[in-house]
Amino acid sequence: MTRGTYLEPASLDEALRLLAEHDGAALVAGGTDLVVGTRQGKRTLPETLVAIHRLPGLDGIAEEDGALAIGALATHDAIERSELVRGRWTALADASAIVGSPATRHVATLGGNLANASPAMETGAPLVVFGAEVELRGQGGSRTVPVEGLWAGPGRTTAAAGEMITGVRVPAPADGSGSAYVRLEYRRAMEIAVVGAAALVTIGAGAVSDARVALTAVAPTIVRSPAAEGALRGREPTAEAIAAAAAAVHDAATPISDVRGSDAYRRAMIEVMARRAIDVAARRAAGEAVPIPATMTVGGTR
Amino acid sequence: MSHACTLQVNGISYPLELDAGRTLLTVLRGELGLTGAKEGCDDSECGACMVLVDGRPVNSCSYLALQADGREITTVEGLAKGGELHPLQAAFLDEGGVQCGFCTPGMLISAEALLRRNPNPSEDEVRLALGGNLCRCTGYQKIARAVLAAAPGANA
Repeated sequence: MTRGTYLEPASLDEALRLLAEHDGAALVAGGTDLVVGTRQGKRTLPETLVAIHRLPGLDGIAEEDGALAIGALATHDAIERSELVRGRWTALADASAIVGSPATRHVATLGGNLANASPAMETGAPLVVFGAEVELRGQGGSRTVPVEGLWAGPGRTTAAAGEMITGVRVPAPADGSGSAYVRLEYRRAMEIAVVGAAALVTIGAGAVSDARVALTAVAPTIVRSPAAEGALRGREPTAEAIAAAAAAVHDAATPISDVRGSDAYRRAMIEVMARRAIDVAARRAAGEAVPIPATMTVGGTR
Repeated sequence: MSHACTLQVNGISYPLELDAGRTLLTVLRGELGLTGAKEGCDDSECGACMVLVDGRPVNSCSYLALQADGREITTVEGLAKGGELHPLQAAFLDEGGVQCGFCTPGMLISAEALLRRNPNPSEDEVRLALGGNLCRCTGYQKIARAVLAAAPGANA
């Protein structure tokens, strides 16, 4: 445990200045990854902490020019409860609703989930299927990266030293779309995905006009499955078509074995999760109100 | 390097000098002598350290004390008022929701957070709200029953 320095800036500009001035300084918002990682001995607490949990104006959840704009400090509890998110960006509500426990969700933020860059993170796959963009800001200005371009590997991002995630912009799905995120879990709370899948399905004239499928915890970062997406396009979303698409996810799934599951088990289960995610997304696209979080509705632990 | 802060706990103001890495749990138990919140897993898995910060449940083992500066903290010691048990505490006793007692403070705090937001929860909602709290004795049935019995809307 460090005896280090704790800094609590009053503004975003001050936060960026402190980050630039203190080499190796780390941002802390909810602390649910940073502090727990310290307790587990994964790493020591950084010498300098820049606490941003009270920075004003970074926790918004609003519609801007037809897209969803979420501040980096929006909590999973706020995202899960947002009628805006639940209505049009349902897969993200599915994901935020199952992050940690109620206690985690009250303090843990979307920005923190993205920055922690775990391949097992819940909000990543939904943001990938929606084509979200992440805003990074440093003292020199801001830039935007596609969310898939944010992650460099497990626990690593492409953010430069001195940059912080300030928000996420999520384009609106086309009319006739539905989305879902489901995961395999061993426990209802304080769990991360053993494997997980998000799907965005757009249906027009009875057939799938567009589909996106992203996979959680089967590669060093969240990955899309072009084969599964291709298998859906132009097909009627029947059980057979959905099963065939789910069976195609192995193009992108290259899981490892670890304490949470073997590679073989993950390969077997990712297909099941993909099938469930695509099925719920298609049902939602057809107007069915499948309850959030979808993981509990279609076979999670109780 | 220590940092000045003020923790408001159960309505009392405590001026403190704390190192950056101190967790809220160690300060509550160490400096303030409030040993109701427990260190179980020290890893956010078990919920025995649960406290309310501005009315919301937080795992105090995984929360930096300095981040709680100036915020309203409620520990299990703050539930009973004027020598009277809080309705949740009374219900836990009535329903047999306490065995060894180690998880009880965290269970009570998570339940209190739920009932403040939702005075008439379903059993499913109770179980979800307590999802981050582990109990190794009771099997949870009696705890869930106690929370339902204590819900202000239960008899409405």
